[in-house]
Amino acid sequence: MLFLVIGMVIGITTIVTLFTITKSMKIELGNKFDQIGANMLIIPKADKLTLSYGGVPVSGVSFDVKKIDSSAIDKIRTIKNKENIAVVSPKLLGGIKVNEKNALAIGIQFKNELRMKRWWKINTDAGKPEQFEAKPQRMEMKNTEVLLGSELAAKLDKKPGETVNIGDQSFTVRGVIQSLGSEEDNSILLDLTVAQEILNRPNMISMIEVSALCNTCPIEEIVAQISEKLPQTNVLAVKEAVEARKAVVDRFANFALAISVVVLLIGSLVVFLTMMGSVNERTREIGIFRSIGFRKVDVAQIILTEAAVVSILGGISGYLLGMVVAGSTAPLIAQMDLTIPWELNIAAGALGISVIVGLLASVFPAYQAAKLDPSEALRFI
Amino acid sequence: MNIIEVRNVTKTYDGGEGLVTALGGVNLKVEEGEFLALVGPSGSGKSTLLSILGAINPPTNGEVIIDDINIYELSSERRADFRSEYLGFVFQQFQLIPYLTAIENVMLPLAITNRSTTEQREMAKAVLEKVGLGNKCERLPNQLSGGEQERVAIARAIVNHPPILFADEPTGALDTKTGQEIMDLFKTLNKEGQTIIMVTHNMDCLSYTGRAVFIRDGLLEKTEEYRKKVI
Ligand SMILES: Nc1ncnc2c1ncn2[C@@H]1O[C@H](COP(=O)(O)OP(=O)(O)O)[C@@H](O)[C@H]1O
Ligand SMILES: [Mg+2]
Repeated sequence: MLFLVIGMVIGITTIVTLFTITKSMKIELGNKFDQIGANMLIIPKADKLTLSYGGVPVSGVSFDVKKIDSSAIDKIRTIKNKENIAVVSPKLLGGIKVNEKNALAIGIQFKNELRMKRWWKINTDAGKPEQFEAKPQRMEMKNTEVLLGSELAAKLDKKPGETVNIGDQSFTVRGVIQSLGSEEDNSILLDLTVAQEILNRPNMISMIEVSALCNTCPIEEIVAQISEKLPQTNVLAVKEAVEARKAVVDRFANFALAISVVVLLIGSLVVFLTMMGSVNERTREIGIFRSIGFRKVDVAQIILTEAAVVSILGGISGYLLGMVVAGSTAPLIAQMDLTIPWELNIAAGALGISVIVGLLASVFPAYQAAKLDPSEALRFI
Repeated sequence: MNIIEVRNVTKTYDGGEGLVTALGGVNLKVEEGEFLALVGPSGSGKSTLLSILGAINPPTNGEVIIDDINIYELSSERRADFRSEYLGFVFQQFQLIPYLTAIENVMLPLAITNRSTTEQREMAKAVLEKVGLGNKCERLPNQLSGGEQERVAIARAIVNHPPILFADEPTGALDTKTGQEIMDLFKTLNKEGQTIIMVTHNMDCLSYTGRAVFIRDGLLEKTEEYRKKVI
C-alpha cells in the first residue's frame, strides 16, 4: 500500500510539474505577446555588440558606434503603408550617473513611448506604492520630469514627487515603473531632447520602436518599405521572435502531454497490479468478510474505498510535491523567468485524475475480490 | 422444532485429479438450542458439511433448510444477508483481522447493519466483557494469547445474536487447559440457549456437547446422545 501511495505520488507529481510548467510558460508567453507594443524595431546597421531588448535578442544593437539621425523619424511616416503606422517611438540609450549612481538613460518622447507601453504599471503616488496610474498613455509629462525603473528607484531610494540630479540638472520623479523584468528596471526615462543634450548627442537616436496597426497589414511589406527609406538601418519584425518562442512552448506542451499520458498508463498499471496483489494476499480476509455476511457489493466497496483513500493521498501529496518540483525546475526547463501559479483547478484536476485512475484501475481487482468463493477462500486455513 | 434440516446432501469437488466425493448423501436434523459436535478423522468431510450448513458452499445435490428457508435457493447476495442475520462463525485458527483491534474485529459483523458506530461499539464491548476480555478491547490480535484470540473470535461470532453458531476445530490450536476454558465458554453460551454446531476431532470435547455425529468418508456413521438439550 505504501508502495502504491508512493507510485501515485510520483505519477501525479510528474503530471502536475509538467502541466504547471506548461501553463506558466503559456502565461508568460501571453504576457510577452501583450507586451509587444511594437511590431518593429529599427536599429543602426552595426555588427559587433548584441543587446537584448524586451526579452527578445536583438542582434546588432550598439549604443555608441553608430546612431540614427532624428530625421529618420519623419521618413518613416512617408512610406506607402503610412496609414498602418500607429506609434513611432524613438529612443536614445546611454550610460549616465544619477545622484552619483550608474544608470541607463533612455531618452524618449514620453507621449509616444507611453502610448506604446500601455501595460506599464506606473506608481505616481508616494503615499500608496501599490496604486498605479490606470493608463500610462493618458499621462502628460513635462521635460523636467522623469520616470524611474523600479530597481533604480530602490537603489536611489526615491519616491514619486522627489527630485534626482543628473550633473547639475535636477528632475522631478513623476513616477516609478513596476518591475518589468527588463532593461527599464534599472533605467531613468527622460525626454529625448533632454537626453540628447545630457549625453551630448544632438539629433541622434539609438533605435526606433514602431507599432503598426497590424491585424491585417502585411508586416513584411512595411519592414521592406522602411528599410528602403532608411538604408542605414536594420528593421526587425519583433513578433517573429516571440512566435518562434511560441512554437517551442507548443512543442513542450505536446511533449508534456505525451509524457503525462505515459505516466498515467504506467500509474494505472501500478495501481492495478498492486490492488490485484492485495486482493490475492487478502483472500482469507475477504472469505471471512463474506462468511460474516458482507455482500459482494460490500467487499467491492471496501476495495474501492481503499483505492480512493490511496488516490486522494497520492493526489494531494503529488500536487504539493509537483508544485515544489515545478518551482525548482521550471526556470531550467523553460529557460524563462516563470512564476508558478497556485491554481485551484490544477489541484482539483490532480486530485480528480488520481482518483479516477485509482478507481478505474481498481474496478477489476474489486470485482475479483467480490466474486471470491468464501468456502474456497477459507479452505486452506 | 428443527432449526436445521439437511436433506440428501452430496458434495463432489472437481479437484486436480478428477472428482472427489466429500459428502455422499447426508441427512441431519438439528433442534433449536442443541450443542452438536461433528466428529471424524481428517479429510472425512466435516469442514465441507459445516460450510454447506454455513450457507457459503452450495451442495452438489440435496437441500439445506434453516428456519424454513431453503438457503441455496436464495440469490448469493440474499444468502449473504441470511448469514449476517442467522449465522455466526468461529473459524479454524481464529481468523482475526490482524490490523484491527479486538473490539474492531468484534464490530465487523455489525458494520454492515445500519447501527450507529457508538451502538456497534457498545454491543461489541458488552460481548467482549461476556467472554472475559472487557479490559483488552483495544489490543491488536498479536498482542493477545491464543485463548484470548479465540475468545475474540467467539465474541465476533455472537455479537449480533445469531440463532446458530458454527465453530470449526475451536480447540485445535490451543493447549489442553485453554481448550477446556473455551469449551466451558461454549457450554455457558449453550446453556443460555445458543444453538451450536462444532467440528472437532478431539474426543475430550464431546463431554461438553449434547450430541455427537460421527462422520467417515463423507457419510454419517453414528450418533451419540450425551444429554438432553437444556431448553
Ligand atoms: N475446495 C475443494 N476442492 C477440492 N477438494 C476439496 C475441497 N474442499 C475439500 N476437499 C476434499 O474433500 C474432502 C473433505 O475435506 P474436508 O471437508 O476439509 O474434511 P475435514 O474437514 O473433515 O478434514 C477431502 O478429501 C478434501 O481434500
Ligand atoms: Mg477441516
